[in-house]
Amino acid sequence: MRGHGWKWLLCTPALIVLVLAASGPLLIVAVYSFLSPGNMGGVVWEFSLEAWFRVFFRRDIFEPDQVAWNTAHLQVFWRSIWLSLQTTFICAFLGFPTAWFIATRPRHTRTIWLFLITIPFWTNLLIRTFAIQEMIRNNGTINAVLIWTGVIDSPIQMMFSEFAVLLGMAYVFLPLMVLPLYAAMEKMDFSLVEAGYDLYASRLNVLWHIILPQVKPGFIAGSILVFIPAIGAYVTPRILGGGRTMMLGNLIALQFGQGRNWPLGAALALLMLVMVVGALIFYLRVVGRSDGVRRG
Amino acid sequence: MGCAVAKARFSINRLPGFGLIAVATFVMLYLPIIILVVFSFNAGVSQSHWDGFSLRWYQAAFNNSQVRDVSLRSLWLAVTAASFATILATLAALGTTRVGRFPGQTMIYALINQPLMVPEIVTGIALLIFVAAIKVQTGYTGMGYLVAAHTAFCIPFAYLPIRARLETLDHALEAAAADLYASPIQAFRYITLPLMVPGILAGFMLGFVISLDTVVITEFVKSAGQDTLPTYMLGQLRRAVTPEMNAIATLFLALSLMIVTAFFFITRTRGR
Repeated sequence: MRGHGWKWLLCTPALIVLVLAASGPLLIVAVYSFLSPGNMGGVVWEFSLEAWFRVFFRRDIFEPDQVAWNTAHLQVFWRSIWLSLQTTFICAFLGFPTAWFIATRPRHTRTIWLFLITIPFWTNLLIRTFAIQEMIRNNGTINAVLIWTGVIDSPIQMMFSEFAVLLGMAYVFLPLMVLPLYAAMEKMDFSLVEAGYDLYASRLNVLWHIILPQVKPGFIAGSILVFIPAIGAYVTPRILGGGRTMMLGNLIALQFGQGRNWPLGAALALLMLVMVVGALIFYLRVVGRSDGVRRG
Repeated sequence: MGCAVAKARFSINRLPGFGLIAVATFVMLYLPIIILVVFSFNAGVSQSHWDGFSLRWYQAAFNNSQVRDVSLRSLWLAVTAASFATILATLAALGTTRVGRFPGQTMIYALINQPLMVPEIVTGIALLIFVAAIKVQTGYTGMGYLVAAHTAFCIPFAYLPIRARLETLDHALEAAAADLYASPIQAFRYITLPLMVPGILAGFMLGFVISLDTVVITEFVKSAGQDTLPTYMLGQLRRAVTPEMNAIATLFLALSLMIVTAFFFITRTRGR
């Protein structure tokens, strides 16, 4: 029996930094969500369930016993989930043909196409959001072109809407869908596609019964990779959505700014974490099940 | 002849409409970036009306002392954080790769990959709370918080290519060194470490790009006067922006592009 001490020793420096500056603070967030808010931000060290209560409900200002659903919060939760699902769908719709296109190029040009997808993936999200803002501003590119061609007389308002946020998120997260789909297609057995056509299957039948089942793991991975950052989005809705189309990330940030309710912000952050972990568990379940089917 | 054409047209790889959507996707992906870059060279103030070629906005960006400050701070932070992260990730990779399973390994993986799973905004406010508490206790308001936060965030990105490289190394090389009476330290110094260099380099570059791009965590951790280039841009985007912002963004893009290209070549030659 050899000792494992040296392995731990090698990992210790990294683990110390990670615990201090990544995992540890998350535990403090959990503690803070059960405290009372201070007047100027911060917390008062008194146990309270008020923050968690306020995540979903609100009290009447004059009669604190009157309780109602916090519709403003529920609206933000729903918008976050709905916009993230739509983003995932758009990315899948555009990403599948794109990945297929790359996977069916000759080997030497494939690398170039793949590189073209990878570049936006590694360039700053802020700059890509800025690029979208430039396109859809009232005096941005799209409106300028439409006015110049005479299609419209006055600019269309696109910024600060759910549409703008959706467009921005689909734009910045698209590579996250294409890359795993491509990886799945590269491993695909194309002779099965050929066999399908030999047996007089239509293109739709081949797509549905031969290609899709084989790239399903890539689809699921891509969807999770898009859905998780979309739920956690902060920069894109802040720039393109503004105050009226807040997402969960912006609602959290608000509690640490003007809202001055740190415990509520902490509770909302944990709620976001629960959503993300839920999506991950769902992913592992689905992948586990499809593996089981293949083996069985 | 006609038959040959018909045969060439039927390709098993073709799916109707897919090529069109794919090309449209590539255009949509690049058009906004290209327009952004083009208008950084505009002579006028407009970002949608072309008034001729000029470098005035680049000049304006270089002469803007605030832009210079935040850019230098970003670069310093990225180099520092990526260096720490690379060293820590290299040690961790040596401790977890090619060693067989050991108790607690799953927990180590979970801790290393945790920054990848948790949304940046959650990490951001968690650090805000933590840093605020430390500031009250110690009074320290320096760059240390940002360095620690960026280092932790870069570790999983640096770890991935280093670990991938280490996994491809053949144990036989070290065994041969040992047969030739090399001490374990000599074997590591002259065999393992040189072979790990491409992975370490790739890990450093990935960490550098990630630190350079990090905006949300920085936004919540920074003290007054610690703006980095991304948080400065985030603040500016609220106002009416001039092509100066396009020029800054273009330079930023060019830097990222250079690093990504270099990374691409380093990791590609690795496979051969």
